[in-house]
Amino acid sequence: MVRNALQRLAQSVLVLLGCALLIFVMLRIIPGNPIAVLMGEHADNTVIERMTAELGLDQPVLVQFFRYIGGALRGDFGTSYSLGKPVSSLMASAFVHTLILALLAAVFAWLIGITSGIIAAVKKNSILDHLFMGASLLGVSMPVFMTAMLLQYFFAYRLKLFPIAGMDSFAAYILPAIALGWNSAGSVARLVRSTLLETLEENYIDTARAKGRGQVGVLVVHALRNAMLPVITMMAIQFSGLLSGAVITETVFSINGIGRLAVQAIAGRDIPLLQGTVLFSAAVVVIGNFIADSLYRVLDPRIRREA
Amino acid sequence: MESKTLEIRNLNTSFFTQQGEVRAACDVCLEVQPGQITGIVGESGCGKSVTARSVMGLVRYPGRVVSGEILLDGKAMTGISGKEACSLRGAEVSMIFQEPMTSLNPVMKVGKQVEEALLLHRKLSKKEAAKSAAQMLEKVGISDVKNRMECYPHQLSGGLRQRVMIAMAMICSPKLLIADEPTTALDVTVEAQILRLMKQLCDAGTSILLISHNLGVIAQICDYVYVMYAGRVVEQADTMTLFDHPAHPYTRGLLQAARSLRSDAEVLATIPGVVPNLLHLPAGCSFSPRCGQCQEPCKTSMPDMLPAGEKGHLVRCFLAEKEKQQPVEAI
Ligand SMILES: Nc1ncnc2c1ncn2[C@@H]1O[C@H](COP(=O)(O)OP(=O)(O)O)[C@@H](O)[C@H]1O
Ligand SMILES: [Mg+2]
Repeated sequence: MVRNALQRLAQSVLVLLGCALLIFVMLRIIPGNPIAVLMGEHADNTVIERMTAELGLDQPVLVQFFRYIGGALRGDFGTSYSLGKPVSSLMASAFVHTLILALLAAVFAWLIGITSGIIAAVKKNSILDHLFMGASLLGVSMPVFMTAMLLQYFFAYRLKLFPIAGMDSFAAYILPAIALGWNSAGSVARLVRSTLLETLEENYIDTARAKGRGQVGVLVVHALRNAMLPVITMMAIQFSGLLSGAVITETVFSINGIGRLAVQAIAGRDIPLLQGTVLFSAAVVVIGNFIADSLYRVLDPRIRREA
Repeated sequence: MESKTLEIRNLNTSFFTQQGEVRAACDVCLEVQPGQITGIVGESGCGKSVTARSVMGLVRYPGRVVSGEILLDGKAMTGISGKEACSLRGAEVSMIFQEPMTSLNPVMKVGKQVEEALLLHRKLSKKEAAKSAAQMLEKVGISDVKNRMECYPHQLSGGLRQRVMIAMAMICSPKLLIADEPTTALDVTVEAQILRLMKQLCDAGTSILLISHNLGVIAQICDYVYVMYAGRVVEQADTMTLFDHPAHPYTRGLLQAARSLRSDAEVLATIPGVVPNLLHLPAGCSFSPRCGQCQEPCKTSMPDMLPAGEKGHLVRCFLAEKEKQQPVEAI
């Protein structure tokens, strides 16, 4: 069990290193010298060369890479070209906003998704089932920017219930959280419904009924625990997706999170900042997958005892 | 007169499918006497499980009990509220299923699953429940109970799981235990152990309704037997009578097939034809297309259960009167 976890952890670290290398190399084979862009059209060639050397950009890519990893391990991701501040502190303050948004979106998505999935399964083929599944189909298939702008139009512009954008109050986070969570709510609802329906067909559900468990007892004590196993895995992966930064939602609602920071980095050809944000997202996703996998192993005794 | 443990009167259970109504149990009348093991035997698909599930109120969608009365120890089980039914299930009547591999909850410890019915039906503390669960598991022949109670089902063998199922079903000392093919999924030595256990439980006072497609199993432990064919009871008699003087051509066919299997005869005896599709039953007697002694009336009307010689021997066949005169050796 522990050995297995360590193995998977080592794997995760390798994947992350691979990601870092890929990002690093890709950013360096993009044509054009970022320093030249940074200095403007009329910069002197000697100045550009001196800057390039100062930043270590004239070194071979692999040397640069190991220097970067060495720095990253000490929490130093370089200095943003465009903002002139350490990438780590820029990311730390952006992360706070992304975290609030992700937590709100997850709570919204899971409350709505799990509840409606259970109701849809228990009342299969009822009006409620069709209603919830229709809504979740919309959630899964509607692009985020559209949900976001519709929410802005109706709830902020028309009804004036929430601010249109910004981060001035807690209320300002609510519409973006709904826009962001809508999608996850839809997929959770569908998964809960289908796994629960499958579980309710299992023989051990008949056994539970034969013991005298009522509807609710069967559902809560026997069906849900089994049905939730794949759902929990999905939730862990979803949460890491939410945490890794929501580029579109943060942009539409002007929230200065990781996603928006990445967009700024791209616009400003800010390689250290872009590297930092992309690497951060990759790390969150890798960690999320590791946690999802571990959770599944802890919750399902059939897998737990194997090792 | 002592009341019957279970009495089923004219039970009709149907599945309402897109192709039409499938009458899986048709006018089934059946009794289980106290302290006895009563068997239901028949080819697969003849409605044995549906009959058992009807008693438990566990018929799966799109099926339901259409009509009929089910009395448990004289008390009606049909037409009662869901809550009343729950208070009977597991306490007064319980059931074990054919598939021990999938009939236990995979994420719940075995001990918890055995205690469950006790905690539902009796006012016991968790500690007391755990204690009686351990006693019951010991009683059904499980050793090392303390550790086994902490196991999850996948850690136990099929035979152990079926013992756990039996312990679970017996934990509240029900009046009736329904066992739906309890040994079909198990190998022969384990089968013999489980059957012995059921016999012991019966001797200790629980009436049992045992379902099997295997005549050998029935012959070993049943006191009284019902033979089902295409959703109907076609013959009923005490076990001795049924095996010595089978009256229905279908029962004779079954016995012949079973005997030729055992005697490694060159040619296996089989009943010609196949079990009819319940959606398109033949007119008259359901067995008539496969019956070697089919006559004119058999093709147009369904015979009633007619007395055939011995007391308590009934058979759904127009030939009942003639059959009983044939000596057994002729089979
Ligand atoms: N879910 C279902 N839908 C339609 N028909 C069913 C369903 N389940 C069972 N049946 C019908 O009921 C008949 C009896 O089934 P069952 O009682 O399980 O047979 P067995 O005697 O093998 O236990 C089957 O032949 C089938 O036609
Ligand atoms: Mg069956």
